[in-house]
Order: sequence, then C-alpha cells, then structure tokens
Amino acid sequence: MNEEIIIAGFGGQGVLSMGMTLAYSGMVEDKEVVWMPSYGPEMRGGTANCTVILSDKKVSSPIINQFDTAIILNQPSMDKFESAVKPGGVLMYETNNIINQPTRTDISIFSIPANMESVKLQNKKIMNMVMLGAFLSARHVIPLKSIIEALKKVLPERHHHLIPLNEQALTRGMELHKVAANSEGRS
Amino acid sequence: MSQKHLMKGNEALAEAAIRAGMKGYFGYPITPQSELLEYLSVHLNNRGGSFVQAESEIAAINMVYGAAGIGERAMTSTSSPGFSLMQECISYIACAELPCLLVNIVRGGPGLGTIQPSQGDYFQAVKGGGHGDYKLIVLAPNSVQEMADFVYLGFDLADKYRNPVLILSDGALGQMMEAVKFPDYDIEAHKVDKSEWATTGNATGTHKVITSLYIKTEKMEEVNLKLQAKYREIQEKEVRYETVETEDADLVIVAFGLSARVAHKAVDICREQGMKVGLLRPKTLFPFPKDQIKSLAEQVDQMLVVEMNAGQMLEDVQLNVSGKIPVEFYGRMGGLIPTPDEIVNKIKSMYEQYNPMEVTHV
Amino acid sequence: MSDTFNEGITCEFLDDCDIVWDRPDSLLDTRLHYCPGCGHSVVHRLLMEVVDELGIRDRTIGIAPVGCSVFAYNYLNIDMQQAAHGRATAVATGIKRVRPDRIVFTYQGDGDLAAIGTGETIHTVNRGENIVIIFINNGIYGMTGGQMAPTTLPGVKTSTTTSGRDVSIHGHPLKIAEMLALLPGAYYVTRTSVISANHVRKTKKALLKAFKYQMEGKGGVSFVEVVSNCPAGWKMTPVDSNKWLETNVFDNFPLGDIKLPVKD
Repeated sequence: MNEEIIIAGFGGQGVLSMGMTLAYSGMVEDKEVVWMPSYGPEMRGGTANCTVILSDKKVSSPIINQFDTAIILNQPSMDKFESAVKPGGVLMYETNNIINQPTRTDISIFSIPANMESVKLQNKKIMNMVMLGAFLSARHVIPLKSIIEALKKVLPERHHHLIPLNEQALTRGMELHKVAANSEGRS
Repeated sequence: MSQKHLMKGNEALAEAAIRAGMKGYFGYPITPQSELLEYLSVHLNNRGGSFVQAESEIAAINMVYGAAGIGERAMTSTSSPGFSLMQECISYIACAELPCLLVNIVRGGPGLGTIQPSQGDYFQAVKGGGHGDYKLIVLAPNSVQEMADFVYLGFDLADKYRNPVLILSDGALGQMMEAVKFPDYDIEAHKVDKSEWATTGNATGTHKVITSLYIKTEKMEEVNLKLQAKYREIQEKEVRYETVETEDADLVIVAFGLSARVAHKAVDICREQGMKVGLLRPKTLFPFPKDQIKSLAEQVDQMLVVEMNAGQMLEDVQLNVSGKIPVEFYGRMGGLIPTPDEIVNKIKSMYEQYNPMEVTHV
Repeated sequence: MSDTFNEGITCEFLDDCDIVWDRPDSLLDTRLHYCPGCGHSVVHRLLMEVVDELGIRDRTIGIAPVGCSVFAYNYLNIDMQQAAHGRATAVATGIKRVRPDRIVFTYQGDGDLAAIGTGETIHTVNRGENIVIIFINNGIYGMTGGQMAPTTLPGVKTSTTTSGRDVSIHGHPLKIAEMLALLPGAYYVTRTSVISANHVRKTKKALLKAFKYQMEGKGGVSFVEVVSNCPAGWKMTPVDSNKWLETNVFDNFPLGDIKLPVKD
C-alpha cells in the first residue's frame, strides 16, 4: 500500500490537523508516514495545504507532484490540485466551498456536504473530521478505530471529551461518502 | 529501542539533544528553526539543562563558546542569515578546539531571502564560512529520524575530535513530520574526559586557558598544522554515505539531504522505466566521500548532481571525477524543491545526449 | 632585562622583617606587557588578591576579550577564556548557566564593553546573570594605537579625532554604568579609580564586595568600573595622566557607588 494524499484549503479549516491525525493513524497501523506542511506566510490566513504519505515501505520523496487522493476545501485549492490527481485517483471536495465543479472524467469525484453536517452536529470545527470520514470510506487504507487512537494523541488532554463528537463526525462522513458514491454511480 | 513518535524534524532534533546530555542551549528566533527554540524553552530547564534565548545570534554562539569551554555539551541552532552572523565566533571555536553542536536549518538566500527550504549554504558549511583555515564536521540528515540520530553522532564526534560539528538541514526537513525512534543512549558511557583543557577552575596550580590568539607566527603555524592533521584524520576515518542501486548503474545521481530524498524517488521511477540509475548520498559533507566518487567515476558513464542551490556540492563532485566522465547538474533555487519528475526528465535528456565517443576514459 | 618580577631584590634581614606587601599567589611571577604607569597592572593585582583572600581560585573563571587586557591570561594564574571582541559577557553567561557553582568574571575595556559589545553588556545585565563585570574605562583604544573610544571626552585628541572629539560629529561620551544601573538585573554598580593608595584600597573593597555578592548568589550583575589612564595613548607621563583624571575625567565620570543592593 502506498497512498499519497494532498489536503488543501484555507488556514483555519483544520487542514493541517486533519493531515496530522491521518499521519498519526498511519503510525498506529505501523505504516511508514510523512506529513509535510506548506509553511510560511501562507499559514497566516491564506491557503494552507499538507501532504500525507502512508506506505508499507520506506517513503523516498516527501516532495511529490501527483496524488492518489486530493481533499479540497476551497476554490483556489481546486484550481491548483485538480490536475495533480493521478488517473484513477480520488478527488473529494467540500460542497459549499466550491463554485466551479471539477471537470476531469478519469478520476472519482465526490462532493461531501461536510460544512452542513458540522452545523447539524453543532460544531463547525468538526468539518475536517467529516471530510476525513469520507476519505476513510473512499480509500479503505485506515480503519476508523486507528483514527480514534490517533485523536487521543493529537488532541490535548483537555479536549479528549470531544472525541465522541469527532467519532460521530467521522461516521457521518463515511455515510455521506456512500451517499455521494451512489448518487454519482461510483464507489 | 523505544517507541515511535510522530514529530517535526526540528522537534526531533531538540528532543535528541536533551537525551544526548546537552547542558546548555543558546538560540535566537528565526524562521524556519523556531520550533527548536520553542521546544527547548519548554523542556530543557526541567530536564537538567539550561535554555537561554539570547539577544542575537552573535551572543548565542558566544554563549556556546563559554559553555563548551567549561566542558559541557552545548548547542545553538539558527537559519541562514543567523548562521552568517555567527561566523566570527565559529572560527574562534574551531581554533580553540571546543566541541559543540551547531544547527543550520537552511532557508533560501542570498540576503534576507525566503523562509522556504534551500541548500544554498553548502559552501559556507564545508569551505570554512568564517576567517582562517578551519573545518567543521558537517552532517546532512535527510529524514526526521536522521535529524535525531545525527545529534548523538554530532556530539560524539565533537567530543572525540574537539571540533565543532554542524548539522546542515533545511526548512522542509525541519517542518515535516515522520515517525522517529530515539535510541537508548547512555550519556555517562559517552562522556569524554575534558579535565585537561576545560576551564573549570585552577585546582592544580597550573591554569588552563582557552584562546585562539597566538601572536608568534611560528606558534600560529604550529596550531594550524595541528588542525590540518586533525582534519586529515577526520577525512580518513569519518566519511559516511549511503548508496542506492549503484551496483549495476550506468548513471549515478549525487545528492544530499532533502534533495537526496527526491532523487531517490527519481531513481525508483527510472528503474521502473528500465534506466540503470543509482544514487550516492553523502551523509557527511565534510569529510566528503571523495573515494566513493572517484570509484563511481570509473564505473558509470555519467553523473548528475541535484541540489537546492546553483551548484555548490557540484564543484566537489567535479573535483573528484577529475573530468573522467560528464557531470551534469540540476538544481532549483529561491526556496523551490526539485520534483521527482523534473529529475527524471533531466536524466532522460542526459541519456539522449550521451555520446560515448566524446568521452575518453583515462 | 630580567624576566621575573623581583629578581635582584634581596633583603638580608628578611627573617627580621614584617612582610607588608607580597605578590598574590594567583598573580604569575612574570613581566607585564602593559606600559609604565598603566592602571591595568594594579587592577590585575587587586583582582588576584581578592581571589586568594576568598579562596576561590579552584572555581573561578575569568574572561578577557580583545583589547590591551587580551593577554591577561599570561598574568592571572586562574582558568581563563579569551573571548571575541565585545562578547565577554555572553561567554560568561554560557559558563555560568551550565555551571552555576563557578565564580565568573569578565574584564573588559571601554571599546569592548561600551562600543562593539554594548548589546551583550546590556542584555547580560538585564538578564541579571550572577557574574562580576570589571570595566576598565580609559577613554581610548589603547591596543590599536589610540583611537577614539565611546568614553573619550569632548575635545580630546585621538588618532581618529585629530582636532579633538566633536560631539556634533562623534556623539557624547557614553556613561554606560549609569545606564546599566537603571536595569533591575544590575545588583551593584560602582565607579572607582586606582590613582592613589586611597583609591586603590577603595577599588579593592569594591571588587571584594562584587565577588562576595556573586558567591552569596544574590542574583544580578555586580559591575565595577575603574576609571583608568592610558599614558601612552594619551601621550602623557604617568603622573600627568593621573592628574588629568582628577582635573578632567572625574567630572564626567564621577567616582562612587551608582547603585547599591537594596537591604533585605
């Protein structure tokens, strides 16, 4: 298994922490992992992205320009990374944040209403976990229980009471992916 | 071996320094190394060491001079412009033969430059940097694991040779997270007797002096000759490198640090496409793996040097290839990182243009 | 020329004499390179008397940076580190932070402490490092041949102010001791001289106090400024240079305590 993922959006959407949780869960699964953030001025309110690589063998380059999966949370990131998904790969995006729909036909595309779902769960910060849940369902590289393990490491102790809410969001994300896959006739 | 931790390169390096028995850390904030400073500000003072945020890089390196001079493990870390500021004192440290660990998380230059990763400080690291004839032992990690491992190695080499050791890394390796295991390291077992020279107080009646001032020219030359003999010994004994698929290669990439990670991927892609490409990665930039370059020049048809600069290690490769085979260069500057595809394309063009008739093998 | 300090001096009746003065053990028996009449040698002697009297030679580390006193380690039989120009207090910080049980002092001139090393000086004092700073202020760059120092008085001729220091061009003499006294990290700040036996005694007392404060771990810098002379640089006889101190310099750099420890 070798999964190369780009997660991209605005600063504040939980892009980096989503990637970190994913990387941690990979370590729980005893995979080789790399988490590479974009850093610098971009961190201050502009676009933010991070690359996560999960692999059964040692990861050579942390710098890659083609991805198996792109998780896109805003339009500028869609414009930048749609073309960087490998043929046959997956592109999933947050429904409300995208104006121009992706046009590629050689990849699987899923629109996930994660923002709306986070409103229903009464915590807008949980949007990234809904997206992560959708990823778990789409790619099957990490089981849900390892993400929960990872959250225990990523979240500071004082936020551990939020883990059940995170789990709910992840589960909802997995369901939303299935809905999106059925409606678009893809899996 | 203990458990795995997911850490940023900067944090792994800082944690390793504490575990290696560092007693004094002195630093000044500069992107992209500030996590090092921040991590140590939280953890060092309650784990047996002393953390000082200095008023400048100049003050920081001079604090290292003092702490190393009294025989304790001391370290500073900075990024490119800050490392330039430290050069005067590093020259003093090299001449006074004080063991210490320096870290340069390189960013793009020249000038204030950019905060994105670069390897533009290679010349400064391996050719001196400050005034006079001296050398640092230069270690170039290419993973978060090596960011930690080279701290132990660095302190040990520094103590062994009474020489400053530099870890030359970059912003990307500092900022990225990978799993890291910290070795079981027995600080006491690695302690070196420094009582002959460390200025801990005159308890014997004969005082010890740490200086780099020798007004008599003959004495100054003697000091220089001693240093040069030490550098030759280091060149003989301490070369470290890694090779990837060089055995049957007809083209070898030479790259260090982050560039070598990208180059490794390029090697994988080339191999999948049937090209016999290998990789030589120097882990020590001084001492440089001269003999390995020389013997590869006898074996392969072409070499490609990949760096995040305008071609600095390239000169050391060319020097050792001595014109026997063509040496090409691919580099990005200004904080940009070459991608595997860019390197593969360069290799393809090298194969296309290669004409064995033009090369005379000596 | 004799290479030892007291070779040739004999006293047939030594056994019958009371020794009223002797070279302190920690002062090496060697010729000094300082010019005749220079205050450095007196302060060196006082400093080593203090080290001997306090019995701290086995745990004292001195730092002499660039300037005339760069060779202090040739005379002081204590462990020493030679520092880069201006950086003595940073070096002292490094030593003291990793070995707080050691007694650490710097010995710096005016160019070193108040020009190139101003930043280190201010921040070391501001951090309240528990060290002693000895500041020899002679108003000139002695070692490099008599250039203007930050403490050179207005109108004084040096090799870089040949018509005299013009404050509109070169600025004013820097009273760094008064500046440092404002910082909470300064524990004890005083200004003395060594122009006469009386002043020498006062300087010795000040040095003793400064070292005791450090040993007691009072916290904070003890700063002893010695306003001294430079007969060669000033192009004066030693006697005239001391007179000049009294008639001109002390007005600008008044002697006495600038900051005393708050009684607890």
